[in-house]
Amino acid sequence: MERYIFYILALIMIVFAIASVSSRKMLRSVIYLLFVLCGIAGIYFLIDYNFLAAIQLTVYAGGIVVLIIFSVLLVHHIELELEIAKLPKKLITGFVCLVGLGVFLFTIYSHDFLVVENDITTTTADIGRRLLSYDAGGFILPFEVISVLLLAAMIGAIIIAKGRKLALKNKEEV
Amino acid sequence: MISGISIYEILTVTSLLFFIGIYGFITRKNLISILISVEIILNASVINFVVINKYLYPDMLQGVIFSIFIIAVAAAETALAVSIIINLYRQINSVEVKDTEIMKY
Repeated sequence: MERYIFYILALIMIVFAIASVSSRKMLRSVIYLLFVLCGIAGIYFLIDYNFLAAIQLTVYAGGIVVLIIFSVLLVHHIELELEIAKLPKKLITGFVCLVGLGVFLFTIYSHDFLVVENDITTTTADIGRRLLSYDAGGFILPFEVISVLLLAAMIGAIIIAKGRKLALKNKEEV
Repeated sequence: MISGISIYEILTVTSLLFFIGIYGFITRKNLISILISVEIILNASVINFVVINKYLYPDMLQGVIFSIFIIAVAAAETALAVSIIINLYRQINSVEVKDTEIMKY
């Protein structure tokens, strides 16, 4: 049963990823990306990392996709068709990507992974304890650093998006 | 782990997603489309972290925690990229790559 669900999810992800990078309408491309992200959340549910699947759905499907849709609506006409790359460039890029994929798959299939059969369920409490532990192998320092990074990114985004107006106003006040 | 599915099949799917992202990154000519391709590439690598954690070292949690950090950094990166794109659109009225030729405004 799980096997078929995985194949269906994989098929959905790959088809919509291809549609997302080749669609000529901007908004449709973003919606296809949303399907890919939901498929990835489905894979996290299948391998029993429920917390990660929830993060994927809230941060990506709820946050990033909405942000990109907003920027598309602010910047484009919805009906605008995108300029498309020339055919030779597409063919060359596709060929290079296929060669890279071949190298990847050859490496993966010639490596012997030491798979451990298991049925361990990871609870959210385990992840939280590990994230906040001070002992060896704990992640308290990166956790704090990432919060500072998010704050800095937020302030930076506001200042950059406000642009010139804010700079001029500051000058007048001085 | 998913019963009946080996690690090879999942790694095949993620490699496919990764190269679809790279294909879009090279062929698209629009800044927002390039952002979408970058999201696909990042997500493919996050699945790799999670799957290798689950299949090879199930009693560790490093892969999960690293993928949480990757998602946080990706969110910050997207917010900054969208603000830069909107600012650029105000300056030059376009988000095509070929119109973006000066770095100083």
